[in-house]
Amino acid sequence: MNALLKHRLTWPVLALVLLLLLNQLFRSDFLSVRVQDGHLYGSLIDILRNGAPTILIALGMTLVIASRGIDLSVGAVAAIAGAVSCTYIYNSPDPSSLRTAAGGVAIAVVAGLVLGLWNGFLVSVIGIQPIIATLVLMTAGRGLAQLVTDGQIISVSNDSYQAIGAGFFLGLPISILIAAAAFGVAGLLTRRTALGTLIEAVGINPVASRLAGLSARSIIWTVYVFSGLCAAIAGLMISSNVTAADANNAGLYIEMDAILAVVIGGTSLAGGRYSLVGTLVGALIIQTLTTTVYTLGIPPEVTLVFKALVVIIVCLLQSSKARDLLRQRRRPVAKQSDVKVAV
Amino acid sequence: MNEIVPVVDMSGISIEFPGVKALDAVDLRLFQGEVHALMGENGAGKSTLIKALTGVYPIDSGTITVLGATHRFSSPAEAQAARISTVYQEVNLCPNLSVEENILLGREPRRRGGIHWKEVRRKAREVLDQLQLGHIDPGSVLSTHSIAIQQLIAIARSVQVDAKVLILDEPTSSLDADEVQQLFTVIRTLRDRGVAILFVSHFLEQVYEISDRMTVLRNGRLVGEYRTRELPRMGLISKMIGKEMDALAELERAESRRQPGRQDEAPVLQAQDLGRKGSVRDVTIALHAGEILGLAGLLGSGRTETARLLFGADRADQGHLSIDGTAQTFRSPRTAINRGIAFSSENRKEEGLIGDLSVRDNLVLAMQASKGWLRRVPRSTQDQLAEKFIRTLDIRPANKDALIRNLSGGNQQKVLLARWLITNPRLLILDEPTRGIDIGAKTQIQKLISSLAADGMSIIFISAELEEVLRLSDHIAILKDRQMVGHIPNDGVTMEDVMTIIAGTPA
Ligand SMILES: Nc1ncnc2c1ncn2[C@@H]1O[C@H](COP(=O)(O)OP(=O)(O)OP(=O)(O)O)[C@@H](O)[C@H]1O
Ligand SMILES: [Mg+2]
Repeated sequence: MNALLKHRLTWPVLALVLLLLLNQLFRSDFLSVRVQDGHLYGSLIDILRNGAPTILIALGMTLVIASRGIDLSVGAVAAIAGAVSCTYIYNSPDPSSLRTAAGGVAIAVVAGLVLGLWNGFLVSVIGIQPIIATLVLMTAGRGLAQLVTDGQIISVSNDSYQAIGAGFFLGLPISILIAAAAFGVAGLLTRRTALGTLIEAVGINPVASRLAGLSARSIIWTVYVFSGLCAAIAGLMISSNVTAADANNAGLYIEMDAILAVVIGGTSLAGGRYSLVGTLVGALIIQTLTTTVYTLGIPPEVTLVFKALVVIIVCLLQSSKARDLLRQRRRPVAKQSDVKVAV
Repeated sequence: MNEIVPVVDMSGISIEFPGVKALDAVDLRLFQGEVHALMGENGAGKSTLIKALTGVYPIDSGTITVLGATHRFSSPAEAQAARISTVYQEVNLCPNLSVEENILLGREPRRRGGIHWKEVRRKAREVLDQLQLGHIDPGSVLSTHSIAIQQLIAIARSVQVDAKVLILDEPTSSLDADEVQQLFTVIRTLRDRGVAILFVSHFLEQVYEISDRMTVLRNGRLVGEYRTRELPRMGLISKMIGKEMDALAELERAESRRQPGRQDEAPVLQAQDLGRKGSVRDVTIALHAGEILGLAGLLGSGRTETARLLFGADRADQGHLSIDGTAQTFRSPRTAINRGIAFSSENRKEEGLIGDLSVRDNLVLAMQASKGWLRRVPRSTQDQLAEKFIRTLDIRPANKDALIRNLSGGNQQKVLLARWLITNPRLLILDEPTRGIDIGAKTQIQKLISSLAADGMSIIFISAELEEVLRLSDHIAILKDRQMVGHIPNDGVTMEDVMTIIAGTPA
């Protein structure tokens, strides 16, 4: 029992379940999932579908944070990805064909990889602090996206393209399937190989890692490129869902949601040990919160405050210090390495 | 004479960590004006007992009385307020602050709401002078100093407060003979002022020189409290290890001369006037397979810097380096490791441990790094290696999944040593490999080093204990003021010989 209480995932999962139950209380059909035209429908499915971009970006963010970094540019990268793909499709001679859609996706993915390379270059080669390095692209990126779209909102009508964010496959939304696949691949890639452990080693003690012969540079580079890739795919989902590229608003503040998801999932902002499953739960909490706000009819002005409150509660529950205060027991004072999240 | 009331009286102290009973009903008494040694093997519970007293760890049971009042410190700050001052085993300072800031951190003299910097400087100077460390610039950044100097600065910090109790957990582990004497002078002065001092060390000579009384722990249990002059060395050792000493004494004597290295072949490592601006210069070495080269020199003479150059941790900008006769320029440790070189740093916390990873992950880290992330060392191999080295080096607890930061200092050191042994290097550079290791394990590691050399590994050995260097090495390179000043074969070289060379060379 005690072990269960201490498990890093216990509190986030509990919070998620409580949130879902709270919704059920206000809307009795909340937890039911229907089949309609061979597709699954229901609030739970909506949460998953709308949450897919956040889940993906949080996935990339987890590895970046584990390596002691942070990537603030993900929202901008998502916007750029949507902008280049929609612009490409819009300007192509055959804007509704599958081939054009595939071309748009390919361009967006390449853009994401290149932007990730750029971030990785600034952090690992030039040695700029991650928060500053990615701030560059966070601010400049939206401008770039606007240049691509010429300051317009580019609408496209391409069924194949629309399927990414709004389509169904085997009864499930395609965006969920993509996010799930990305999680699976990332999980295998980091835990079946040594990548996960090496990322953690670099995040925990970069100096010792270097002396042990790790190539911190290539590891750090890898995580930023991966984060760029995730952001680009998320950007595709977002623009595909609304069949338009909006350079100003696509993925706005999504970096904050992603960072929160990572933190709620139990990965410390100080770097080191990470949990992909934790991040998944964290992202679902964030998305459920957004939905809850609508269900409860909370006015949009208070939405952010409400979100902040829940996040603070989850983080408090997770911090071993706060938990001990609750239990009125004295525990070892936090050493630097176990100072947990305090957002 | 001081039998009346102990300054500190801990009784029945128990602390349990998940899966480990670190302390089981242990008592400790410290008296005014006495130096008390806390003795025990690696992992016996010495540091844990100290942390119980200073409020780092909460105790599960037992009582702590300081100056007659029962206390339950829940933070080091509270213990400090009760005038207990501590230097922990791992230097706990802020590397990017200056020396003076570190010494006075949290107690800076103030004036008109701001920090009175002139006064800070004056107080820092005063305490440094008192410790005969006047040569250290109080304004210099802490991290620019060697680990030994940092250790001394940590001591300066604790001396600066007007303490009733001073706790020193292995303060001498990286100091050489002279600094130890400096430190002892300070300890004696404080003792005569009536401070109760708790001292931990694995060097028996030091313990016998400085302590009046000792408490022995074994496996988290109290063995007993003794007056130092009433407990002979052999008795102490058998109390610490729980069996008679013969086996160990045997080891010590069985230190037979090995075959000399393979001089006829090309040297494994050859350095010619290697150097780096601001680091060391004139490093000239020729090391053959199976040879052990000892680096001798005083604190700050450039031994660690030499090792770092040879390993590529710092880049050389003067001279030449070749491995097996091929010229090399090491840009990073990685390139050196690929050429079969390994380097175990003296600074285990900053440069060795990956604290939040398990013993197993730490053990295979260097091997994994050289294979690259794609080819993961199979889990079964990892387990085998971990089990093998936990057994051969007697790492405790024998749990490969334990987080390495939860191991005792000496056991952490063994894991780091194993990390490099696993890679089976051609040249192994060991900077203070026996630092913080108990006497039993130390002889064992020295034997290991000899046998590795006998099997053809070349070894560069650095230790603040000159004796240990002389016993193990075939050659001795002598450094002074960051310059290599001598290189002699070890045919019966004595400590005096080395000291004469150091003293005789003009800087
Ligand atoms: N935070 C912790 N969590 C779990 N186990 C711990 C923790 N701290 C210490 N231990 C365990 O408690 C035991 C005693 O450790 P301690 O550090 O007190 O040994 P020590 O006597 O100081 O040894 P050394 O001479 O190597 O410094 C060891 O088995 C160690 O692994
Ligand atoms: Mg210790």
